[in-house]
Amino acid sequence: MLWEVEIAPAPGQTDREGERVLAESRLLGAGTVQQVCSAKSFLIEGTADRAQVEFAASELLADPVAERFVIRSLPAAEETGNGEQRTTGLQLLNVLYKPGVTDNVASSTQHALNALGLNVDAVSTCRKYWLDTGLAGDEQRLIERRVLSNEAIERILPGPLQLETIALGSAREFELKTWPIRQMSDPELEQLSTRGQLYLDLTEMQTIQQHFRTLDRDPTDAELETIAQTWSEHCSHKTLAGRIHYQDDQRDIRFENMLRETIFAATQTIRQLAGDEDWCVSVFKDNAGIVTFEGDECVCFKVETHNHPSAIEPYGGANTGIGGVIRDSLGTGLGARPVCNTDIFCFAPPDMPPERVPEGALHPRAVAAGVVAGVRDYGNRMGIPTVNGSVFFDERYLGNPLVYCGNVAMIPRRYCEKKVNPGDLIVSLGGRTGRDGIHGATFSSTGLTQESEMLSGGAVQIGNAITEKMVADVLLEARDRGLYTAVTDCGAGGFSSAVGEMGEDTGAEVWLERAPLKYAGLSYTEIWISEAQERMVVSVPPEHEAEIIALCAEEGVEATVLGRFTDTGRLVLKYHEHQVADLSMDFLHNGRPPVVRTATYTPAKTSRLMLPAKNRFDQELLQILGSWNVCSREWIIRQYDHEVQAGSVVKPLVGVGHDGPSDAAVIRPDLTSDRGLVISNGMNPLYGEIDTWWMAASAIDEAIRNCVATGADPSRIALLDNFCWGRTSNPEVLGSLVRAAIACQEFAVAFNSPFISGKDSLNNEFDWKDDSGNVHSQAIPSTLLISALGQIEDVGLAVTMDLKASGNQVYLLGATKDELGGSHLALVCGLQGGEVPRVNPDVAVPLFHGLHAAMRQQLVRSCHDLSEGGLAVAAAEMAFAGGLGLELDLSALAAETELADVVLLFSESNSRFLVEVEPQHCEAFEAALEAVPLFRLGTVTDDPTLRITGGNGTLRIDSALAALREAWKAPLNWS
Amino acid sequence: MIRACVLRAPGTNCDVETAYAFEAAGASAERVHLFRLLESPELLRDYQILCVPGGFSYGDDIGAGVIFSRQLRGQLRETIGEFLTGDRLALGICNGFQVLLKAGVLPDAGVLQEAGSQVPASVMAGTEAAAEGSTEPASGGSSRQATLTWNENGRYTASWVRLTTAGSNSVFLRGIDEIELPIAHAEGRFVSNDPQAVARWKEAGQLACRYIPWQQQGAGQEILHPTANPNGSLEDIAGLSDPTGRVLGLMPHPERFLFATQHPEWTRRRLSGEGAGMQLFRNAVEYFG
Repeated sequence: MLWEVEIAPAPGQTDREGERVLAESRLLGAGTVQQVCSAKSFLIEGTADRAQVEFAASELLADPVAERFVIRSLPAAEETGNGEQRTTGLQLLNVLYKPGVTDNVASSTQHALNALGLNVDAVSTCRKYWLDTGLAGDEQRLIERRVLSNEAIERILPGPLQLETIALGSAREFELKTWPIRQMSDPELEQLSTRGQLYLDLTEMQTIQQHFRTLDRDPTDAELETIAQTWSEHCSHKTLAGRIHYQDDQRDIRFENMLRETIFAATQTIRQLAGDEDWCVSVFKDNAGIVTFEGDECVCFKVETHNHPSAIEPYGGANTGIGGVIRDSLGTGLGARPVCNTDIFCFAPPDMPPERVPEGALHPRAVAAGVVAGVRDYGNRMGIPTVNGSVFFDERYLGNPLVYCGNVAMIPRRYCEKKVNPGDLIVSLGGRTGRDGIHGATFSSTGLTQESEMLSGGAVQIGNAITEKMVADVLLEARDRGLYTAVTDCGAGGFSSAVGEMGEDTGAEVWLERAPLKYAGLSYTEIWISEAQERMVVSVPPEHEAEIIALCAEEGVEATVLGRFTDTGRLVLKYHEHQVADLSMDFLHNGRPPVVRTATYTPAKTSRLMLPAKNRFDQELLQILGSWNVCSREWIIRQYDHEVQAGSVVKPLVGVGHDGPSDAAVIRPDLTSDRGLVISNGMNPLYGEIDTWWMAASAIDEAIRNCVATGADPSRIALLDNFCWGRTSNPEVLGSLVRAAIACQEFAVAFNSPFISGKDSLNNEFDWKDDSGNVHSQAIPSTLLISALGQIEDVGLAVTMDLKASGNQVYLLGATKDELGGSHLALVCGLQGGEVPRVNPDVAVPLFHGLHAAMRQQLVRSCHDLSEGGLAVAAAEMAFAGGLGLELDLSALAAETELADVVLLFSESNSRFLVEVEPQHCEAFEAALEAVPLFRLGTVTDDPTLRITGGNGTLRIDSALAALREAWKAPLNWS
Repeated sequence: MIRACVLRAPGTNCDVETAYAFEAAGASAERVHLFRLLESPELLRDYQILCVPGGFSYGDDIGAGVIFSRQLRGQLRETIGEFLTGDRLALGICNGFQVLLKAGVLPDAGVLQEAGSQVPASVMAGTEAAAEGSTEPASGGSSRQATLTWNENGRYTASWVRLTTAGSNSVFLRGIDEIELPIAHAEGRFVSNDPQAVARWKEAGQLACRYIPWQQQGAGQEILHPTANPNGSLEDIAGLSDPTGRVLGLMPHPERFLFATQHPEWTRRRLSGEGAGMQLFRNAVEYFG
C-alpha cells in the first residue's frame, strides 16, 4: 500500500515556500505567474493501514499547531485528515528526488514510523506546488527548471500522483566484466577513456594496455576504474606535481615536481632555519597539514575545492564539499577534532540578467543561494562553527563557480602519525553505499560543458551531516581507546582510493559483497568506486574488532569488516567467491607515465591608469562600498552558526551594531586555555589579470595581515594554497600558475610563514553552444586562495576593527604607493591599466611584528587592514562599525608621498592598516613602530560623518555614516 | 555533588560545552546518550538536573526536535514523568526547548500524566511495538497549544539578542533581570493557537524570558541593530517555564556566554572574566543548596 500524507501550513500561517517560489519566479522574469501555494508530502509504502497513517500524521509528521494534513492512498485519491482541499483551477506540480538520490528526511521518517509501530518499507519526500494554469511554455519551463527543481537530482510529476510504488533497486546477477584493451587501437583506447568516463589521456591508456599485455590478460572493469581513480588529476595532482618546463622573461626552469620544488621547498627552508624551534609537525603528506599549538596539542588545517559538483547542484555540491573537508580532518593522523570551518566562494554577479545565462548553467543567484544553504545545513548540523569566509564575484565564474571549504581541527601530538599493519582488518564506518557520485574523481578533473548537467548527474551527491557527526563522535572515542592503527576518509574514488591509499605499502584484500548498501542492485565495481558520503575506513587489529563494532552499535553507527590488509603488495578485490581485481600496488601508485608540460609566461602589456579628475570622491566611495566584492556578507554570515562549541572570540561581524566586517576570526579551541587560533584568507583574482606573481604575493600579504590585524603572532602563521585555474594544457595558462607558485615560495620564506598543505583544481572552464550553434568557452580568472592559520597567546589581547571612542587618534601604518591596477576604484569607474600592488617584505615583516608588539602592550584600540577600496573603504567600515565619526587629514601623507589624493584614498598597496590609539598611548605606540612608515591621520569624533581632507586641505570625502552603511548593506540584503 | 545529565541524541551538538558549563558551576555533568537511557531508563534517577542541549537531533528531519520529543513522550514517558515529580530541575536549550515543548514537558509537565489521545487499535495490534510488548501510550502531539516553528524570515539565523526575565518564576533565572545571549536557530518562532493559555502562562510566571530592544548606543545616530524579536515569536517569547519554575526551555544559548570574550562587544565594553550565561548554570546547582 502506498500512502501520501500531504502537509500544508495551518490557516493563519504563512506559506513561505510558496512565497519564495513566487518571488524567485518574478526575479527570473516569469512575470505572468500570479499565485503559488505549496505543501510538502511524505510517500509511505508498507502494510500500514489508514488509521495507522492518520495516527502517524497527527502524532509525528504534522505539527498540531502550525500545520494541517491530508491523507490519500495512491494512485487513487480518497482523502481524510484535518486539512483543506487545495484550490481548484490551479495546476499541481510534484517535485520528487530521482530514484537513488539521498533523501535524509525520508530515511529518518522511516525509522521514526517504524519506532511508532508502523510497518513501513519505504518512504519518500515530495514537494507540491499549485500555480496558475496556462503559463507560456517558456515561463512554465523556467519555473520548473530554475525555481522548483534541479534536473540533476529531481523530477517533476504533474497532476495528482499516479505512483504505485517507491521501492528501489532489485537484485543483480553477477557478471565479471573485462575490457579487451590489449587489442584496441589508439582511437579505441581514447574512446574507451571518454565513454567510460575514465578521463585518462592516450599515453596513460597505452601504459595500461602495455601493463596488461605483459600480464597476458585483459583488465576487469574494476581494475581499470581503480587505475583511473588513482591516476586522476583529483587524486594524484599529476600536472602540478609533475614535470614542467617553465620559461618567463627572467627564468628557464625544468621542474621534476613543480609543487615539491616551489611550495614544499619553501616549507623545508623555513623548517631548517627554525632548527629546534620548528613548529611544523606533519606537512604535505597527510589529509591536512599539522602544526604545534600548545603543549601536546597540535592543530591541522585543510581547504578543499568542490567546484564541479557545485556547478551542477549547488546545494549538494557545497554540502558534500564541507562534509568532505571535515572528513579530511577526521582522517588526518589518527583523527583530529574539528573546531571550525571556513568557506570561500566565487560566483558570477547575482544580478546578471537571466537571458544571459546559457543553457547548462544555473543562474548565479541560484548558485549562490544553493551553495550558502549547502554549507549552512552541513556545518550547522555538524556543530562546527563557520567562522570565516569570503565571496568574490566575477562574470567569468558563470557556469563554473568556485567553492572552497576549509576545516581546522585539533589533534594531540601522539595521534599525528598512522601506520597500517598487515593483518589489520579493513573496517568501514558510517554511511551506506549507493550509486552516489560515481566518477566524481575523474569528473572533477575535466572541464565542464553544458552536457555536464545531464551526463554527470551521478556525480552529484547529497550529504547527511548527522551521520557524519555520529561517525566523528565514535571515531574520536575509538581513537582514544586505541582501537585502530590508521584511518582515512572515503572521498573522491570512494573505497577504491581509501583502501588503495592505506594499503599502498602493504597490500589489501577486499570483500565487496560485505559493504552495506542503500539498495540492491549495485555491481561490484559500483560498490568499489561509489562516492557515497560519510564513510571512513579504519585499519583495526583483529583483537579490537569486537570492541569497535560494539562502540559503533552503542551510538547507532554502522561498522563493517570489509577485508584485510595483507603483505602481498597487491590489491585484490573479491565479490563472494569471485576474484574481480588483482592489481600490483606498485603499478597502481608508481606506474603512471610522467606528464611533461610546457609552461610559458609573457608579461601583460602595461598602461598608465588615467585618474578621474574630480574634487570630491564620496560617490566613488559609495560605489565601492556597494560593489559585490566589498558589500556586507551579513545575509550569508547570519545563516551560519559561528558560535557552537563556545570558543568564539572575534566573530565575523563586530561593532556596536554587530555588523562591522572582521578581518579574521579568533576562536579558543580548548575552553580551559586562553590560547587562541586566528583564521583568515587572502585572494584577489583581479591582480592576476596583470601579473599572477603579485597576485600571489598580495594574497599571502592579505591573509597574513588579516591575521595580524586581529592579534595573531606573525611568527606563528601557517598557510595553505588553493589554485583554481583554467585549462593547463595551454602553456600560458600553466605558466601563469607556475609563476604564482614560485612567488608563493619566495614570499612564504620572506614572511617565515610555512605552507602546510594545499590543493589544486584545474580545467575550470565552461563550454557551451549559443542558439546559433557557435561554441563558446569561458575560463575562470586564475584564482589563488591563500588561507592563514594564526595563533594568539591570550585571546584577551585580540583586537576588533570597530572604532571605540571619540577623541582617539587614528594612524595609517604602512607605505602607500600609486598602485591602482586591478583596484576596486578602477573596477567601479571602468579605468584600465595601472600598477598592480606589490609586496615589500623588508617593510612588511618589521611592520607586522611591530604592530603585534604594540597589541601585546594593549596600545591598540582597533585595527583594520586596508584591502579592496584602500584607505577610504577601511576608514568608512571602521566608522560605521563603531557608530562613531572619523576626521582624517591626508596632507602630511600627500606631502611625503607626492601622490594625488585619489591615489591616497583608493590605492590598494599591501601591508597597510588603520589603527586607533587612545591619546595617552600615542607616544608609546609611535615608539613601538618607530622603524616603519607611520602617519597620524586624524581623530575619532562623535559626529556621525566620515570626513577626509586631502593634500592642500581640500575636502575630498564628507559622507554621513548612515549613507555609507546603507550603500554597503544594500546589495546582498536578500530576503 | 549535584549531578547533571546532559542527554544527547544523534545530531545533538552543544553537549560538550553545556556539560562544561554545569561542571564550571560546580556540578558533576555527564553526557548520556539517548540510546543508553532508552536501554536503562532507571539511570535518570541518579541525577538532580536533566538538560537537553542544543543541536539538530535526528537532523530536525520532519521538524525541529520532533523525533527526539516523540521518544520522550513515548518510551521514556514514565521515566521523565517520575523525574519531574521529584524536586528536580530540567533545562532545554534551543533544540532542547523544541524537544521539551513538543514532548509536552513544557509548558505544563502535567501533560505527561494525562491520558493520551486514542491510539488506533491497528497500531496497538499486530505491529512491532505491540509484538515487543510495548504499552506505549500516545498523547501530547495533537493536543498541544503551542509550538516552535519557522522563523518569520524563513531561515536559520544566528545573532545576539537581549532578554528580560520580568515576571518569571524560573529557578534558573534568579537574580537575572536582563541578559544578552546568542540565538542560532531556524525554528524558534513561538506560536500558540490558544490566547487564553498564553494569558494563563503569563499569569503563572511561565513566560520565562522575552526579547527586548537593544539600548541605543553610539554618537546619537540610529544604530541599525538586529530587530529585538529575531524570529517573530508571539509576545516576544524566548523561553518558557513550567508552573513550578523548575523546568525551563529557551531558544537563546546561555552556554555560549560563559566567558566575557564570547560577547560580540567585549572589546568595546572591555569585558573580561566570566560571561553572564554562567549564572543560569550556577542557579541550577545552587538550587540544591
